[in-house]
Amino acid sequence: MTEFAAVRFTVPKHLRVMVASDAKPDGVAVMKPDSSALEVKGLTKRFDRLAVDSLDLTIHAGEFYALVGPNGAGKTTTLRMVAGLLRPDGGAVSIFGIDALQSPVAAKQVMAWVSDEPMIYDKLTPLEYLEFVAGLWGIAPSVSQPVAQDLLESLGLAPHRHERCEGFSKGMRQKVALAGALVHDPRLIILDEPLTGLDAVSARHVKGLLGMRVRAGCTVIMTTHILEVAERMADRIGVIASGRLVAEGTLTELRQQNGHADTSLEDLFIALVTLPEAA
Amino acid sequence: MSSATALSWFARHELRLAWREWFAMMTGGRRKRTRAAIIGLICFAALLHLPAWAVIGRFADLRLPLDKSTLIVISATIFLAWTLMLSQAIESVTRVFYARADLDLIMSSPATLANLFSVRIAAIALSVTAIAVLFSTPFIDVLVIGGGARWLAAFGVVVAMGLSAAAIAIAVTILLFRLIGPARTRLIAQILAAIIGAGFVIALQVAAIMSYGTLSRFTILTSGTVAAHAPDIDSIWWGPARAVMGDSEALLLLLALALVLLGSVMAMFSHRFADTAIDAAPYGIPGSRRAKERPFRTGSRQQALRRKEFSLLWRDPWLISQTLMQLLYLVPPALLLWRNFADSSAALTLITPVIVMAAGQLAGGLAWLTISGEDAPDLVATAPLTPSGVIRAKIEVVLIAITVIFCPLVAALAFASPYQAAVSAAAIIVSAASATAIQLWFRVQARRSQFRRRQTSSRLATFAEAFSSIGWAASAALLLALPIAGLICGLITASLVAITWKFSPRREP
Repeated sequence: MTEFAAVRFTVPKHLRVMVASDAKPDGVAVMKPDSSALEVKGLTKRFDRLAVDSLDLTIHAGEFYALVGPNGAGKTTTLRMVAGLLRPDGGAVSIFGIDALQSPVAAKQVMAWVSDEPMIYDKLTPLEYLEFVAGLWGIAPSVSQPVAQDLLESLGLAPHRHERCEGFSKGMRQKVALAGALVHDPRLIILDEPLTGLDAVSARHVKGLLGMRVRAGCTVIMTTHILEVAERMADRIGVIASGRLVAEGTLTELRQQNGHADTSLEDLFIALVTLPEAA
Repeated sequence: MSSATALSWFARHELRLAWREWFAMMTGGRRKRTRAAIIGLICFAALLHLPAWAVIGRFADLRLPLDKSTLIVISATIFLAWTLMLSQAIESVTRVFYARADLDLIMSSPATLANLFSVRIAAIALSVTAIAVLFSTPFIDVLVIGGGARWLAAFGVVVAMGLSAAAIAIAVTILLFRLIGPARTRLIAQILAAIIGAGFVIALQVAAIMSYGTLSRFTILTSGTVAAHAPDIDSIWWGPARAVMGDSEALLLLLALALVLLGSVMAMFSHRFADTAIDAAPYGIPGSRRAKERPFRTGSRQQALRRKEFSLLWRDPWLISQTLMQLLYLVPPALLLWRNFADSSAALTLITPVIVMAAGQLAGGLAWLTISGEDAPDLVATAPLTPSGVIRAKIEVVLIAITVIFCPLVAALAFASPYQAAVSAAAIIVSAASATAIQLWFRVQARRSQFRRRQTSSRLATFAEAFSSIGWAASAALLLALPIAGLICGLITASLVAITWKFSPRREP
């Protein structure tokens, strides 16, 4: 996770409080991935073709997990089922031990979803948007207001906090959506291509904030087409093709599985995803 | 490619786009529905001949020369149609300015922009005219069948009206841009379109109420007072009325005037069209609309949802213009109520159907905006709330808004006639609930900005919503005058709503 070190961020006040309980002497908490944040078993979804095929996936708490795969591989469908946006045809989803299919409300309370297309309200200001999101998650205003202010500050949106979002650029909108996902302090953050369309500075802001969350003990699952991001940021990488998980592990483990110690993730990815397609 | 060829090519491109937009609106964007849309359109056009016959059939035998009173009625009808066209044209022009679509491509091309935008202005005029011709055809048909081919001249008058309405709309919108800026023009233009569309009818009704205590606008038009103040029979002001009756000289003059007007607007404004479009593009840049800092509010999750919906409704320019229009329509009955306050005249009964229908229509629009028009569906779907809780909060918003708008009128009515107020209140609730239920059954995920196209998602829902509002309005009116008939009408309307539910798409539990 070398990239995080390069980004200078002010740790939001609420995170500093959260971090303090698990703090190491240098002020950065690192939670051990000793329990599962997400457990998916036999997850299946069929549209006109099989989109997700009996997928098994386990992601540990405090882990940064990148899900990569070619277009149409089933990444977004998998995550949408996990987030409760799509009903699976079969299988089970457990989030921190909560059965997400049986108790969706309880599962949603601890997670946040950010899609590739930032969906925010044009006629609300960023601060009003965050107030709404905090209200939906039932966060007390005395807690959520300072968190919202800190988030907008750390994402560089503070000067625009009272302006309606209708004129915001894609990057600004994505940052507002990300702030919305973080304002209720979720334990699991699911992001679908969060860096699509962002400029380098905005992308760095987002990556920095996510890294900081992981260091504070949050679990992050992210789909991305940018393999370099997965390579630099993720603790583990899952490669999905034709709705199945074809490989999983740290970058070193993936290299070992493929038998090339010094190969790039791009080469590994191409080798892995072309196999099931050829089959 | 020569300049003339390029222009004709661009004209063809514009017409093709206009045709495809109209076709998509008719078929809901699904090509498979083409045959159904054509059959539906033919049936609708055939059906429209019936009300056309009822409204205009008795005038088919009219011949020149006409008396002053008839000239006034025909001229007022033409002017009313023209204001409706103007209202629609202002809406179309505003849409062209604010929809970026191909503006980047056009403005980055090496073509002469003034020429291209002249073509675009002409295309707007043609589309406004085409729609006007389409809607006026059943009425003119009735006159031609009943009174002969001389009535075909009315098509020429409709064309002249369409061209002139488009020309005035373009001039007004560009002037609004210059005067108040692009940020405010969209809202003001929508309000202006609503006021122009409804204003003339309402003004006539207000005048009729003030002078004769009736809602009928014809009372004022056929009165001696208006005839006394109107120009002489041979005045040029009666040109449009004479042109409709087949006076070829008047018709040619009218067409020439409309073309000159459109040509002048094209010459004067086509080079400013590009500037206006450029100004409109960054509308809503950060800093244009600011909100005050205030502390976050406490409350339940449903309250957070309701607050969000109220904020968005309050900031919705379409809704403001539509509500304003509904309120404008309520001015005549309110005036009638005031005039007949101490009196239990039959005229007072007319208030009930008007407000019940307005409540149904407004509730339908509000319900679409809150239930279907969700700009952040993923956020709401991933929030720790049950789907039924979300829907309930949204329905509450619609019903609260309707209550706030219509309560003062019902309260005033209660002083004049408590029974009528009770019937009106019940009918308002049922009408609003029916329209909301129909929108709920036929909900489709859409952005709020797609409101204009909400009718295309389901024709059945659109017609059911309109018929339920009319049905409940009629039931309430009949209940006051003839209770048994009111009950029967209410049962028929309830059956219609039930049938609509039966045909609504099934959803996952």
